[in-house]
Amino acid sequence: MKVRALFFASYREIMGGADFDVDLPDGATVSDLITVLRERDDAAARLPSAPAVAVNRSYCTSDVVLAEGDEVAIIPPVAGG
Amino acid sequence: MSRAQITTDAIDPQALLARVADPSSGAVILFLGVVRNHNDGRGIEAMRYDAYDEMAQGTLDEILAEAEERYGVGRLAAVHRVGELGIGDVSVAIAVSSAHRAEAYEASRYVIEEIKVRLPVWKKERFEDGTSEWVAGRNPEISAEGGA
Repeated sequence: MKVRALFFASYREIMGGADFDVDLPDGATVSDLITVLRERDDAAARLPSAPAVAVNRSYCTSDVVLAEGDEVAIIPPVAGG
Repeated sequence: MSRAQITTDAIDPQALLARVADPSSGAVILFLGVVRNHNDGRGIEAMRYDAYDEMAQGTLDEILAEAEERYGVGRLAAVHRVGELGIGDVSVAIAVSSAHRAEAYEASRYVIEEIKVRLPVWKKERFEDGTSEWVAGRNPEISAEGGA
């Protein structure tokens, strides 16, 4: 299945892009996606192993199982206000 | 118009106040967050705000709904600006109107504190020496039931 990973702020700079399509085996979790992303290159390995994540625009835990077409945002520590 | 907004436009506090106007209100609280010229002892020239726009709008809506329910206030509206801001520019504005002042103060405080811990917004400081850095933020606390 294919999911779309989104990056913002410092994570966008680490990844060198705002979004990537990622192929994952069926049944893959948020945590599996993070592992795949961090193996992309040396820079990507600087992503934290357990960052905050939002799936389809809602925060969720790393054990959530992903589905085809999910929008998965990797959320750096927030600093609004 | 939704009572929660993420915008690149300059924030107009008067317009926000107009959106919470209510003849049954005896108290109106307006909170403005503004860009200050220093942080941790370093001089700042400007600030750039980025947001996950599509999510931030919904999250800000949720925060307002929670404040409404918790404190029983009459009307709320909030707007967060993104893009390049200068010193003194308003980055966030929250307006609350209520029958009485106590719950209006509490609701206003709740909204800004929740923005700080869960609104998907980031800011990069540009220092007087020309360098820039992302402001160290806070990790949203995420419960197993979903939501922060």
